[in-house]
Amino acid sequence: MKARHKRLALIISGVALVALAATLILNAFRSNMVFFFTPTQVTKGEAPKSGSFRIGGLVESGSLQRDSDGLTVHFVVTDTVQRTKVTYQGILPDLFKEGKGVVAQGKLGPDGAFIASDVLAKHDENYMPPEAAAALKQAKENSTKTLIVPK
Amino acid sequence: MIPEIGHFALIIALLVALVQGSVPIIGAATGNVAWMAFARPAARVQFLLVLIATGCLAWAFASMDYSVLYVASNSNSKLPLQYRIAALWGGHEGSLLLWAFILSIWTVAVTFFSRHLPDAMRARILGVMGLVSVGFLLFMLTVSNPFERLLPAAVDGRDLNPLLQDPGMVFHPPMLYMGYVGFSVAFAFAIAALLGGELDAAWARWSRPWTTLAWLFLTVGIMGGSNWAYYELGWGGWWFWDAVENASFMPWLAGTALIHSLAVTEKRGSFKAWTVLLAICAFSLSLLGTFLVRSGVLTSVHAFATDPQRGLFILVFLVVVIGGSLALFAWRAPSVGRGGTFAVLSRESLLLANNVLLVVAAASVLLGTLYPLFLDALGMGKISVGPPYFDAVFAPLMAPAVFLMAVGPLARWKKAELPDLARRLRWAFAVSLVTALLLPLLLGHWTPMIGLGLFLAFWVFAASIQTLRERLPANGQPVLPRVRGVPRAWWGMWLAHVGIGVFILGVTVVKGYETEAAVRMHPGDISHLSGYDFTFDGVAEVQGPNYVATEGHLRVSHNGQPVATLNPQKRLYTVQNMPMTEAGIAASLSGDLYASMGESLDQGEWSIRLYRKPMVDWIWGGCALMALGGLLALSDRRYRVTRRRRIEGEELP
Repeated sequence: MKARHKRLALIISGVALVALAATLILNAFRSNMVFFFTPTQVTKGEAPKSGSFRIGGLVESGSLQRDSDGLTVHFVVTDTVQRTKVTYQGILPDLFKEGKGVVAQGKLGPDGAFIASDVLAKHDENYMPPEAAAALKQAKENSTKTLIVPK
Repeated sequence: MIPEIGHFALIIALLVALVQGSVPIIGAATGNVAWMAFARPAARVQFLLVLIATGCLAWAFASMDYSVLYVASNSNSKLPLQYRIAALWGGHEGSLLLWAFILSIWTVAVTFFSRHLPDAMRARILGVMGLVSVGFLLFMLTVSNPFERLLPAAVDGRDLNPLLQDPGMVFHPPMLYMGYVGFSVAFAFAIAALLGGELDAAWARWSRPWTTLAWLFLTVGIMGGSNWAYYELGWGGWWFWDAVENASFMPWLAGTALIHSLAVTEKRGSFKAWTVLLAICAFSLSLLGTFLVRSGVLTSVHAFATDPQRGLFILVFLVVVIGGSLALFAWRAPSVGRGGTFAVLSRESLLLANNVLLVVAAASVLLGTLYPLFLDALGMGKISVGPPYFDAVFAPLMAPAVFLMAVGPLARWKKAELPDLARRLRWAFAVSLVTALLLPLLLGHWTPMIGLGLFLAFWVFAASIQTLRERLPANGQPVLPRVRGVPRAWWGMWLAHVGIGVFILGVTVVKGYETEAAVRMHPGDISHLSGYDFTFDGVAEVQGPNYVATEGHLRVSHNGQPVATLNPQKRLYTVQNMPMTEAGIAASLSGDLYASMGESLDQGEWSIRLYRKPMVDWIWGGCALMALGGLLALSDRRYRVTRRRRIEGEELP
């Protein structure tokens, strides 16, 4: 083999390797993207019926209930306009509190309630997860819009 | 008064950095020796000034000066002294100051260990580091001044984020920053080489120890962060593919590639342009990492206040540094020349393949970390990319990389023969294959991932033994002189590779065989997990310096024999009224028993998480071995010899 051929072989195998890796990565990326929805969007039915997504907002005050097994909890996530019921089995994070921001990841159950596989809470007292903050903001904007339209 | 001195020192430091970043580089370009000579004193003066500034801020923290805004927001009078000092880097402004301070430490180290460099080269290196420093000092002085006053002063501080009040957090950020900023030396070497148009084996030999040292710190820093997450977050996890972890992992991957490509450049003169590009990438990713983490773009414990002005400055700075250096690379890279040729199968080609895989891995992490941010910034929706993506991508990328890693040290430079390699490695291959098939049956169950992980781990071990046998042939001499006859750099490489094997073994076993249970326990209850019996003895109140804790008492026994007691705590930090979990862990080489407190239920009942984590400590053990390997490589004789020879040479008339 001439040096030129060798270099060509090396370059071709390198490009093939990178192409393979890129396909793999993009494929994995597409199938693992998790979208975020607000309770309003969930109520409107915009969220995927099957498949996992994230939901965020405030934990409605007084909505936290615990099953008799002590580990299954139910609460309501709200963006102040719409509410979504959430069920979670497991131990809630330290900073989970009623009236505070929360983000949950999971799927919609058959009854329309959200079955969370993960509950993420914020990292300090005054910090709001950006997703939760966005949900509140969006809901506020939408509600002002509906107020303006009738005029 | 003290904070003003610190502020003033920062302003002077900026002016000195401007001189350091311009005069020596112009001097090197025009051949003006006097101008080049500015570099060293300027770097040292700048170090002293930043040291004064850091000292002033530390003093403000130690003396609880709550008229300084940054101190008031990150400290509290009840906070123990060591955490008051660590709070210096607990927030955005202070961590930038730490960055600048560490940069000045590296720069001053370069001034001391660069006697053997040509004047122009040293002037350019220190100049480039000065320019980086200008960016950071300017950032602090314009939009994130740590010395900003709060008038009237606060009565008491807002306290440090309780998550950060931990011995691990005292060391983790400085270690990580030593790594991040350490890549600035390799970066400065690369830019200096591009500016000067000369890039030879000597250049690679100078850059190597600096890069290895930076990589070593980064490895230790990441290890510390992972360990901290394990015992502090209470989830029993050690890596979450969280954006902030990724931010530190990307420079690590690029730095690992850089170390290996530098080795080729030094030994064989090949990969010159590639090495330079990697040096630029490693540092760019470090900068990106710092800013991603510290700017508040990401949702995390590390994120602080978001301020659009800061974001803009950061963006401009990143564009100038990364864009500028890449443009310089495009312009000057052809001038650095090509290296020696090598066959399709050779140590060079194996290292190249590893490099490509590492860089692709870094790129995949970058994609997963940045894409959600881009989408959000463009208003196209909010998405997140979690661990499933990284798991799916990483195993297929790293498996061939690790496989080749074990082969690399056995392959000859320039040209290797496949039949020869296959013959030398056939036993290693057989042993690892058999282990991968049989060991899982002994441990419980077999899955493809467990099989793959065990195969790779034992492949690394077996191939390392083969490498060792070839390096230390049994020639009848005693072992010790033979061991000492091999350069320490080689031992460093060997140990770091074994460390990878240990790491993979730990990850595989803990992922494959860990068990967990979320249970509800009444005092006196017994829970069973993997043959261990956990008896809950109730809780007691514990009073900490700035928190109150409920401590759970769990006795663990195995086959009736008591093996450990676990005391997980649920703390409430009183100033911020913030709850925190402190896991109770009984660690051993064979595995950890881990418990963390959930919530208090009715009638003295608690929800408790129990884990059995087999061989989890091997993960950090593997990292420690890698770091130790780096340390050994650094102590190699040839780095000292070249220096000594140079010094002796200088003393000649």
